[in-house]
This record gives sequence, C-alpha cells and structure tokens, in this order.
Amino acid sequence: MTLSFQNLSLVLRERTILDDISGLFQLGRVTVILGANGAGKSSLLSCLSGLRSPQRGAITLEERPLSSLDGKERGRLIGLLPQQPDIHWNIDVKSLVGLGRLPHSGGWGMSGADHQAVDKAMAATDCTSLANRKAMRLSGGEQGRVLLARVLAGEPEWLLADEPLASLDPAHQFDVLERLKNYAAAGNGVIVVLHDLTQAARFADDVMVMKEGAIIAAGPRDHVMTAPIMAQAYGVEVQIGTSDAGDPLVVPVRRLP
Amino acid sequence: MTSLRLNILLFVSLVLAIILSLAAGKVWVDPSAWWGDDLGALIIMELRLPRTVLGAAIGAALGMAGATMQGYLRNPLADPGVFGVSSSAALGAVSSLYFGYAAAAWLLPAFAMAGAGIGMGLLALLAGRSGSLILFTLAGVILSSLAGSLTSLLISLAPTPFATTEIITWLMGALTDRSWDDVKLAVPIIAVGMFFLLATGRSLDALTLGEDAARSMGVNVLRLQWLAIIGVGLTVGASVAAAGIIGFVGLVVPHLVRPFAGHRPSAVLLPSALAGALLLVLADSLVRILPIVSELRLGIAMALIGAPFFMALLFKMRRELA
Repeated sequence: MTLSFQNLSLVLRERTILDDISGLFQLGRVTVILGANGAGKSSLLSCLSGLRSPQRGAITLEERPLSSLDGKERGRLIGLLPQQPDIHWNIDVKSLVGLGRLPHSGGWGMSGADHQAVDKAMAATDCTSLANRKAMRLSGGEQGRVLLARVLAGEPEWLLADEPLASLDPAHQFDVLERLKNYAAAGNGVIVVLHDLTQAARFADDVMVMKEGAIIAAGPRDHVMTAPIMAQAYGVEVQIGTSDAGDPLVVPVRRLP
Repeated sequence: MTSLRLNILLFVSLVLAIILSLAAGKVWVDPSAWWGDDLGALIIMELRLPRTVLGAAIGAALGMAGATMQGYLRNPLADPGVFGVSSSAALGAVSSLYFGYAAAAWLLPAFAMAGAGIGMGLLALLAGRSGSLILFTLAGVILSSLAGSLTSLLISLAPTPFATTEIITWLMGALTDRSWDDVKLAVPIIAVGMFFLLATGRSLDALTLGEDAARSMGVNVLRLQWLAIIGVGLTVGASVAAAGIIGFVGLVVPHLVRPFAGHRPSAVLLPSALAGALLLVLADSLVRILPIVSELRLGIAMALIGAPFFMALLFKMRRELA
C-alpha cells in the first residue's frame, strides 16, 4: 500500500513551487521531509492532502488517483495536522477531538464508533484528563496533544503533519514524535515535515530532502542524512555522531559560504 | 445545560413572551375576548398577532444569521450587517420610497429583496470563487459602505421633505402596523433562508480548526460560502424588507446564548434563533407599553438595549484578556 506522486508541478503566481517531482511513501513507516524554508515542503503536503491541485502530475493513493476521491472520502484516508495550531472557539476538548470524526459521520451527532475512536485518540495522546477543559485555556503543549488527537480520531490511513514540533519544548517534542511513531507502527503511513535534524534522524524511517521545489534525495534515513546531502539542502556544515546511548545526533555547526 | 434542554427552555419562554406580547398595548383586551368578532378580538388577531409573529420570525432570522456570520468569519464581533446585505436591502427599500412606489403594499418589500439580491450577487462576484475569508470580508465592507452612501444620496435628493421624513423613519426599523400580508411575504422567505443557514452547521464546526484543517476533512469552503450568502441574504433581506434595519440582535444574541449552548458554532445556531425571537418579541412588547406619545421605534429600542449590553461584554472581554 503506497501513496505516490508522479511528475508533480505546482506553479503559484508564476513562481514554480514544485518542479516536476516524483516520489513514494509507504505504510508502516515514518517519512520525514527535510529542506530549507521555501523548499516546497508544505506545498507538497498541501497537494498530498488535496488542499491544492497541482497544475501537472498525479497523486496516486492505492492505485486510485487522489483527484477522483470526494472530499469526505479523502478526509477519511488522509489526515492533515496543519502547521498553525488554530483553535477559534473555546469549545471543550472532547468536542474538539470529536471534530476529527467529521469525514466519517453522515448526519448530526456521533455514533458509537465515533465515540470509541475519540476515546482511543484521547487515550493515545494522554488527553483523557483534559476532556472537559476549554480548548483555548490549554497550554501550548496541551493544545499540541489535543490537535494531534483530533487528527488521530479520524483514523486516517495516512497522517500528514506540517512541523508539529514548532513551539513545543523538548519533552513535548518527544511526546508528539513517539505518538507519531506508534501510529506508523500500527500500520499507518506517517509523513512529517521537520526542521530539527537530530529529531528527524532519531524518528525517521525514511527521509525525503527537498530543495527549491525539487527532491534532491529520498530513501532510508542512513542513506540520506549524510553531511554532503545536508550541506546541499541547507547550505550548512553538519556534524553527525551518536549520543552516549547510541542515538543519532545531527548538529549544524556552521553556515557554508 | 444540554442543548435540548436549552432549546426547550427558550421555546417555552418564547411562547410565554408571545402571549405577553398579545396582551401588551395601549388597549387592554381581556383574554376571554381574544376570539370572536368584536373589536378586542380584532385588535388581537389582526393587529397584535401578525405583529408578534413577524417580530418572532425576524428575531429568529437575525439571531441565526448573526450566529452563522460569527461562526463563518470565526469572529465573535461579526454580525449580519458585515455582509452588506442589510444595507443593500435598505437601499432597495429607500429607492422605492424615493420614487414614491410605496403605494402598493408589496412594492417596498419587493424592492428591498431585489436590493438584497443585487447585494448578494455583487458580493459573490467580488469575493470570487476563492472562498477566501479576507476577500469576502472586504467585499462585504465595501458593499455596505457603497449601499450606505447611495442611501444617503437618495435622502439628500429626496423630492419632498415628506419623502425625507418617510425614508428616515423607515430606516429606523419598526413593526408598527404590520399586517398578515407582511407575515405572508416575509415568513416563507425567512424559513427558506434559515434552512440554508442550518445547513452550514457542520462546516462551521470544522472551521473552528482553521481553513486548512477543515478542508482536509472534506469541507467545501466554496459551498459553505454560497450557503452563507444565500442564507443570510434571504433571512436578513426579508427582515429588512418587513421591518427596516434592526441592529444588535444578530451581534448580541449569539453571545448571550454561547455560555449556555457551548461554543461549538453549530450548537449556537438554533438557540440563537429562539433567543433572537424571544428578545425581539419582548422588546416590541416593551415599546408598545412605554407611556410616551409616539411609539418608540423598535430599531432605536434595540440599539438602546444593545449598546450598553455590548459595552458590558467588552469590559468582560477586557478583563479576560488582561
């Protein structure tokens, strides 16, 4: 089972954002997309989640073109955790997580299966104790967990997350990444845009590196997260090593001229 | 409070308010004489009942339109006026007064609805097919200032002082002397509009998480925009056609309801309609029993009630922000 894209091109206001790229994601794995600001990472995610339609190329989900799915069906298969943690009304946490069931429910109200999925998602993200709290009164870390629970509640086969670590402290970063990793281990596909190279090296199974709308490298982490490729992608020199416990460390040390 | 209990409570209060409204007025009619052929029954059935029904329908329309607008724009300070629909409906009505067409009872409402329709069309044209909120809000602001200035132009060019007075009085909004004809004209349009507004509920809920998240869950923002334009256009257009501009209901009522209904936009829609009807029926009863010579215009009364309330709301918000 795969999510793939072929010869994708996206042009916005006469600027080429994605330039004839092709690639493939697999279920059961965490794929991290790396690249400098403006490399096209978020645009690729928005094409994959159906928010933007590329001018050329096709996105294929289990051998079906993504464009042939209606919005709800696509929403059931592909869940998106957007970059901005938007919460506009002060609704309680349980209702907020319940919104993740929208692509599943036909009419008003929630079915038994909906409640089950919501409870499961809240348990998986340690939100159960927050159920009756007001969403806008939560701390940044709690909001991050609750919004992740919202996506998980939709039980999407593919989970796309755009910089889910932004504005989280290190402990909460680990929390979110562990949960994404567990979700992939349960047989789902997880695609994450990250900026922290060490976190990427620790949690990715596969890595895709983008630069100026093109994919310059893709494949298993150890093949891709090398000093030359990082230098090419970010224009910085990185030092790659291991921690005392044997976890990978990828640290930018200086900007290349 | 569960939403069902809230809705039942509001509905029962509305029924009581309607009975109160039938009893309220300069003339006391004993409830035993409400049915029959004598003058008392005529006052109740042909004057107060249509007026009350119309007030309830308009209050419901404005309350629900306001709740929809606030949910759609994700802004608690939005009100149906933001769309420019009420001002373009008012412009239509004022031009019928200007040309002296208001002789036939149906002409003024027809002009008002035409104004609302043209306003909606322009709004859709300006906002385009992007479904973008910023474009949409700007289009609404432009439209309402255009319609407002054209209305002022008509007032300044009015052929006779009488026409000027007629226009200004009409703009203040009132339910005075409304008959069953007005009810028959406005209520079906309002009902259809409310049906469109109710259909926005689930999409509005999804918008709580922002536009990207909502779209990723299959919400069609373009369809939502059309539902909102048509729904607000019909409800507010018909309200303005029947009673002129009555402000503050759409802005204030959703705020009153929200602490009890929960903040989920779809859960606010129906209670806002019921509470809007309740508020307008009560306010209209109040203006009828006030011991002053000429009746206080309902639009003015609502602003007098609404403005202090809104100030209190801002003070409360300021405390919460501090």
